[in-house]
Amino acid sequence: MKKACKGNLPALLFLFALLMLWQLGAMKIDASYILPTPMQILRKLWELRVILFTVHLPATMEVTLIGLAISLVLGLGLAVLMDVSPFWQKALYPVVVASQTIPTTTIAPLFVLWFGYGIWSKVLVTILITFFPITITVYDGLRSAKVEMAELLLTYGATKRDIYWKVKVPCALPYFFSAVKMAVPMSIIGAAIGEWLGAQSGLGYFSRRMMTQLDGAGVFSPIVLLSVTAMVTVGIVSLLEKRLVRWRGES
Amino acid sequence: MSILEFERVSYQYPSEDFDIIDQLSFSVEPGSFHCIIGVSGCGKSTIFRMTNGLLQPKGGTIRVGGVPITEQKHYCGYMPQKDLLFPWRTIGENLALPLEIQGGTTKQERRELIDAALADVGLEGCRDKMPQELSGGMRQRAAFARTMLTGSDLLLLDEPFSALDFLTRISMQEWLLDQWQRHKKTILFITHDVEEAVFLSSSVLVVESTPIRSLREIPVPMDYPRTRQDLSQPEIVGLREQLVDMLRKQVTP
Repeated sequence: MKKACKGNLPALLFLFALLMLWQLGAMKIDASYILPTPMQILRKLWELRVILFTVHLPATMEVTLIGLAISLVLGLGLAVLMDVSPFWQKALYPVVVASQTIPTTTIAPLFVLWFGYGIWSKVLVTILITFFPITITVYDGLRSAKVEMAELLLTYGATKRDIYWKVKVPCALPYFFSAVKMAVPMSIIGAAIGEWLGAQSGLGYFSRRMMTQLDGAGVFSPIVLLSVTAMVTVGIVSLLEKRLVRWRGES
Repeated sequence: MSILEFERVSYQYPSEDFDIIDQLSFSVEPGSFHCIIGVSGCGKSTIFRMTNGLLQPKGGTIRVGGVPITEQKHYCGYMPQKDLLFPWRTIGENLALPLEIQGGTTKQERRELIDAALADVGLEGCRDKMPQELSGGMRQRAAFARTMLTGSDLLLLDEPFSALDFLTRISMQEWLLDQWQRHKKTILFITHDVEEAVFLSSSVLVVESTPIRSLREIPVPMDYPRTRQDLSQPEIVGLREQLVDMLRKQVTP
């Protein structure tokens, strides 16, 4: 723990300096509806704590978690399918890559048209943003399995199933965790974007509502909360990874 | 009866227009130690990869213990050049691989077999270590123990010591001879190191040309157990020179 603090010290110092600069700059401009100071944001966060933590944070987390879960199932499924079958690899890989050229934010209003203001339009935005990194990273992980290791197992009389579980899956596991760590912040961003475009609750929705009221600090405080949530979730995933992956990358 | 028998076996790589192994016949008696020696790329590893079933011959029959290999499983233990210890498994879990795949053993039985195998190769207490914590020689011994746990009487070792430094390599050679004499296995050992071949084998099988049509068997006039001093006997020095000459003819600088 002490070591971690020491390692992060330069980053913390730099962050603190930036916040100081922001604070002083915002105090000089003195227009909190455009640029609130960090202190004002924190104060706002405290004032709004009940509604933010009991209504809007749970709404956003619900979208994030449902979207992430579906993305994981979809991404893992596609990755395994492409790894097992050359036909599906040829059929799917270009389409998956092409799907990333769609500017999700601009077509998201369509989802609101199709699915309404309920949860599913937002879940769809989240899925579209996150399934790609999961699919491609896990697929690369499965591909990274060494042929020699599979061959060695074949000489022991291994079946395809043995090779999948004993070589491919362990090789792909570190990649899987990298994918999840990438996907978590993206899924939270996806949920917030969805809420900006049309929702009845959620941190993205709340931030937008404050915008219309020219409440600068009110715009920022849910955003701060989103960032912190993303950081905490990535931290939890990293802890899980440390427990499950005893080995990473090159041998 | 011979434990391994090649009968007019041929193999052609899809990318080549000739048979790299061309109607090759040879046989190996049980309990012997042979080194197959040849220049790089001559096709000696192809012989192994057909014997262990990774490559299918274009023609001919390979028999192990008198039975064609297409009709049996678990008949040979194969150890490749790299130790290929899985870095995400402990040494003990690595040794468990052939047992897990062959099935038919309980966890407790596997554990006992693994402990015995580790003690046998001098790695007591390494069961719960990760491969990265072991030195090159220790890793090769662990990989050898894993090969032994396949339970096969025929062991195919493909340049297992070539990546080790010189001093580790010569002590591993002495160690391997000791293992062979205690376990009465049949060992086929690929190398391109003439001294290693002479020190280890009862007779050397030389690849004289590519494509491989025959292996020339040259007996080594030395009794076991051997020491490195024996290598300086005049007839052994002569044999070494003879082998080097045979191989050098094939190398175009």
